[in-house]
Amino acid sequence: MNEFSERLIQVPRKGSAFSFGPVALIVVPLVAILYQVYVSKFFEFLAFLDLPLLVTVYFSIMQRSPVAGLFTGGLIGLVQDSLSHQPLGILGIVKTLVGYFAASASLRFDISNPAVRFILGFFFFVFHHFLYWILVQALLGQDAAFAVGRVLLMALLNAVVAIPFFTLLDKLRVRG
Amino acid sequence: MDFRLSRYRNLTVLLIVIAAQLLLLAYQVKSNKDLHAVRSLSVGAIAPVAQLVEGLRAGTVGFFKDYFVLLNAREENRRLRDEVTKLKLENQFLKNELSTADRARALAVFTQRTPSRTIGARVIANATSANSKVVFVDRGSDEGVRPGMAVVTPDGIAGKVIAAYRNASQVMLITDATFAAGVISEKHRVHGALRGQGHGTLIVDYVPTELKVEVGERFYTSGDDRIFPKGLPVGEVKVVRAGRAYKEIFIAPYGLLGGLEELLIILEGVHQPLPAAETTQVSYHLQTLPPDAAQSKQAGAKVLMTDADRVRAQFRRGGAPVPGERGPAAQTARPETGGNTVQAAEAPEIPGQQ
Repeated sequence: MNEFSERLIQVPRKGSAFSFGPVALIVVPLVAILYQVYVSKFFEFLAFLDLPLLVTVYFSIMQRSPVAGLFTGGLIGLVQDSLSHQPLGILGIVKTLVGYFAASASLRFDISNPAVRFILGFFFFVFHHFLYWILVQALLGQDAAFAVGRVLLMALLNAVVAIPFFTLLDKLRVRG
Repeated sequence: MDFRLSRYRNLTVLLIVIAAQLLLLAYQVKSNKDLHAVRSLSVGAIAPVAQLVEGLRAGTVGFFKDYFVLLNAREENRRLRDEVTKLKLENQFLKNELSTADRARALAVFTQRTPSRTIGARVIANATSANSKVVFVDRGSDEGVRPGMAVVTPDGIAGKVIAAYRNASQVMLITDATFAAGVISEKHRVHGALRGQGHGTLIVDYVPTELKVEVGERFYTSGDDRIFPKGLPVGEVKVVRAGRAYKEIFIAPYGLLGGLEELLIILEGVHQPLPAAETTQVSYHLQTLPPDAAQSKQAGAKVLMTDADRVRAQFRRGGAPVPGERGPAAQTARPETGGNTVQAAEAPEIPGQQ
């Protein structure tokens, strides 16, 4: 194992979790959801950007608590569900799992490393869409297509955006 | 030991949260009930912000448009006299005003023309679920909007209301993969079920292969779905393919041609007659009767009669008008002998009729 991989995969030190003010925890997800419902209406090319998902991943990995992560993801998902025409719970379940696994992953990786953030952003985008596709088919019986190429491309774009976006959100953190 | 306990605790919480959401989901699917209160809360929080942002956006865009128009005018000012420039600016401004008013005017004209009672609505946001074609509009239950109401534009149908909140409503567009509506073709009066596909093209399903549908033929709402009043334009057939049991008909919708900013919600729909189909005037050539048949007809010889002919003859003998029979003009136009040409739309000749 070389120095680079050691830097990527490291057992976190105690007290390396970050906390956020209540305003940041409420306003940032709301702005992300507002972005999704509003901005994509005018700039269709920006619809690829799944800000609620990136916010879920960010808060989950930074708080480094699977319970906090699953609640953050669950709440963001439920708000998204309530603004969609699907029954409440589909995106809630998906984002609960995303939050939980992102927080669990953050316990093993150096989450301030841009490469790790890129990989996590990419992985959880694919995971989110794949799980959503499975649930919609299995629980709602809807026929939905899973375009692998499109999802991978969008995951790549989201992962690229995740690096500066997470850096921006870093300004809001308060060391716990 | 501590770490293990912590891991199980996390897993337990995860399982509880997932189970709770699964129960919530199962309740909704099983009872077919929507948790309206929860959705109202979210929409109530998001809609005013979206309306505010939309207002700001419209104002800002207007300001910058005017600003750039003004900048252009300044460049022209170097070359033209002040008065001419002023007039040009004014002209430009009026043109902008007109173009923005065009959509509103089209809606107003349509509103006057259509017998249905409608209300104008502006699209304020998209819905969040992936791949869905659902939008929010700024009219809600306070204005009388209810789920199941049809949403149209002057060009054609655009979608249907799937949820109504106090100050906003959710509209499923015709392009959504779960959208469906009853339609009928203009020319051959073929009924089918219109379905969205998640992108720009729609399909008409359940049209048996033996029925005739042509490329370029228009489809209208049939009124069968109890959502859209009969006679609203839907779209034009782009591709027709023969499937196994049903035809594969692809349609380009009219309703979303002019963009998606202003819509009309039909509060009280009135069915309209379908536009008259352009019937093809096919002429048929009738061969002359064989000589013996022509002679016997001229001589008034008895020919085969049906029950209908006998009833008809009884009517005539009694001096009463024959139901469903055309006037004498129509009868005299009917060919008796010789090669003649008649329109396909005319009634066939009744054997034995004098």
